[in-house]
Amino acid sequence: MTSLQLVWFILIGVLFSGFFFLEGFDFGVGMLVKSFAKNSDERDVVIKTIGPHWDGNEVWLITAGGAMFASFPMWYATLFSGFYLILFLILAALIFRGVSFEFRANMKTDTWRSFWEWASTIGSFCAAFLFGMLFTAMIAGMPIDKNGDMTAHFGDYVNLFSLVGGVAVTVLSLVHGLNFIRLKTSGGLRDRALAWNKILYPVLFAGEVLFAVLLFFSTDFFAKKPMTTTAIVVALVIFTALAYWGVLGNHEWLSFVGSGLSLISVVVLIFDGLFPRVMIANNPANSLLIKNSSNSPYTLHLMTILTFSILPIVLIYFIWSYWVFYKRLASPKQSA
Amino acid sequence: MLNLGLDILGLARFQFGMTTVFHFFFVPFSIGLAFVVAVMETMYAIKGDEDYKKMAQFWGKMFLYSFAVGVVTGIIQEFQFGMNWSEYSRFMGDIFGAPLAIEALAAFFLESTFIGMWMFTWGRFNKWVHTLFIWLVMFGSSLSALWILAANSFMQNPLGYIINQQTGHVQMVSFGKVIGNPQLWNEFPHVIFGAFVTAAFVIAGCCAWRLLKKDHVDFYRKSLNVALVIGLIFSLGSIATGDLQSRYLINNQPMKFAAMEGLYKNSTNKGEWAAVSGFNTKQHKTTWSVDVPYVLNLLSYHKTTGTVKGMNQINKDMHAKYDKKFGSDMNYYVPTKTLFWSFRIMSGAGALFALLAIVGLIFNRKRSQLIMKQRWFLYIMGLCLWLPFVVNTAGWFITEFGRYPWIVYGLLTIADAVSPNVSVASLLTTNIVYFAMFAIMGLIMIILCHRTLKAGPDAENTDGYSAGDTKELDPYSKGAFNHD
Repeated sequence: MTSLQLVWFILIGVLFSGFFFLEGFDFGVGMLVKSFAKNSDERDVVIKTIGPHWDGNEVWLITAGGAMFASFPMWYATLFSGFYLILFLILAALIFRGVSFEFRANMKTDTWRSFWEWASTIGSFCAAFLFGMLFTAMIAGMPIDKNGDMTAHFGDYVNLFSLVGGVAVTVLSLVHGLNFIRLKTSGGLRDRALAWNKILYPVLFAGEVLFAVLLFFSTDFFAKKPMTTTAIVVALVIFTALAYWGVLGNHEWLSFVGSGLSLISVVVLIFDGLFPRVMIANNPANSLLIKNSSNSPYTLHLMTILTFSILPIVLIYFIWSYWVFYKRLASPKQSA
Repeated sequence: MLNLGLDILGLARFQFGMTTVFHFFFVPFSIGLAFVVAVMETMYAIKGDEDYKKMAQFWGKMFLYSFAVGVVTGIIQEFQFGMNWSEYSRFMGDIFGAPLAIEALAAFFLESTFIGMWMFTWGRFNKWVHTLFIWLVMFGSSLSALWILAANSFMQNPLGYIINQQTGHVQMVSFGKVIGNPQLWNEFPHVIFGAFVTAAFVIAGCCAWRLLKKDHVDFYRKSLNVALVIGLIFSLGSIATGDLQSRYLINNQPMKFAAMEGLYKNSTNKGEWAAVSGFNTKQHKTTWSVDVPYVLNLLSYHKTTGTVKGMNQINKDMHAKYDKKFGSDMNYYVPTKTLFWSFRIMSGAGALFALLAIVGLIFNRKRSQLIMKQRWFLYIMGLCLWLPFVVNTAGWFITEFGRYPWIVYGLLTIADAVSPNVSVASLLTTNIVYFAMFAIMGLIMIILCHRTLKAGPDAENTDGYSAGDTKELDPYSKGAFNHD
């Protein structure tokens, strides 16, 4: 394995971390459109918290996918063709929730507005759940042949472990979304988000513990890397606990950062466990490795120069755009 | 499993065609609208004329709808390479991944961030700063077109690579050559100019329908003027760049060029150009045609003499060149009828656009009332709002059908590129669902644009989403900062 290959493995992890941190809360907010917000005015406010941002957040996924193609095309080809149906459902979910905000705003009848609110809610739930399921199934190991072609059957990616993984990521996104709403709104919505999180956090803890247990039995993570795996799982629980402490003590920033770091811990856990592989095959001889899945040194070198010159500029204006919309949105009067 | 004579190759190709055509309804419309709206807002910034601000906001609404659909369908495009074309991804990763990743990094972040800024900050920034936002969106989306076309150009005309002897995959040796590909610099201006023309004539068409109803006459006449000036400049630009591109094909992809002109036999020195013809594609023959002398040579070489190779000759040449590697049972004929008619639709429409723009600008002169009296003209203009979408599709039909049977010209065939592990059932499902989703989204787009038009430029922004900060939910009220 060359150092450039390692850099790109880490960079893909960073891009997915960014994606889960950002799209995590915007999935969460999307899920809350229907049940959490009680009326049309509240829904306007809830959607507006992510209005200027959801699109940019989703670009992190597109960039992660593109970067994977540009650095580890064998990984990209195996993963994307192998998890065909899950990715297809993810795409459908992302499309429905993506257009829902703009379409809802322009619908004239309540029925149609309601239709797009459901599209946002269900789309966001499904997207978060399916992403959790996909990555959990991926680390459990898949039937992959010598050519790198994966032929997984339903039971390979739909099982107890992957379902728990899916639910865990969904709940994590949901609390992250609630923490974001607490930061971005005031009045009734802000109070309600706190109340919801007080209920949801114990559920999340239970989910995380169950996930850790299944991780032990379903993957080789604890066997191969006992130290780091344990450390990251503990970190995950600590970040969640900190966030919960923030919820109980009404420290809003602490909760938000905590839930964000929890999501990032999940990504770190996955990438640490994968290393030095990128795809885990049931037959270890067929696992895809960092060293033989990457592009040529020339392309990696080129991409490294380009990425490290463009990304800092992107980060500056990306963060600036959040700063511009830092101000809180008021809750509609009747609910305050 | 069902046996409908469907195979993964056919289904994967259909899916790529369907998703690309649908995605490319919105891409040029969005790029073009961003440009037109940016021009309008710039005029507002310069002149301080509120009408231009109203115009930017009004046509900007359509831009936002189009952008949303363009973004979500774009994700399908990116994922599709890995999902349906895994062998292609493995073969091309070293070349194709780079522009795709740079596209996301340099272009998508720019446009998606600044579109949020533009949408939600009317009145919050200095008007020049706010205008800059929409220019950045326009710049970002054009940049994204550049990068994806760089990837496409390699598929049409591979440059700057070697074949890795161990893996058999392509390997980049010169990024400069990948970016400097003449195919790209012929293709890119044509695509961008085409995008500007698309937006210009959709806007012009919308204006025409409203003018027929005598609705907001001053507003729509002013919008029409901006649209037609842009439409005229860039339809001429499209024709010029289209000419460059087609002449580039003669040496580079002779089969594509010969099919565009419906030429089975080598042409004679007289340069007979078939305005219309019938073909027997099985026997590789032209059955009838209406010929005009010299035009073929004028189109091909800008002079009256010369000959152009026909498809039968090119087919032989290609067999001689590729049989050793790909076997002798390859078919190098491209879908002739599709290319022939697509080219005629595209070039005919290009000329029509230029003509409509000139006539429209004459009729719409400031003190003249001609535009209101020439209702026939407004009807034509109104109907032509659909034409750019047909033309853009025709252009891609030529480019993509014309590289048959290659996915990467001369290096990899389409048949060898498809994912071997994806089932017919999966592909059939995704095709059906995508088709249904596209139909719904397309329909809603049309309804929304129609409704926006009917509501008119003075309609209050009641949606609470695009309306940005204008609703009574005042985020700047005192309590808004209360952190307790």
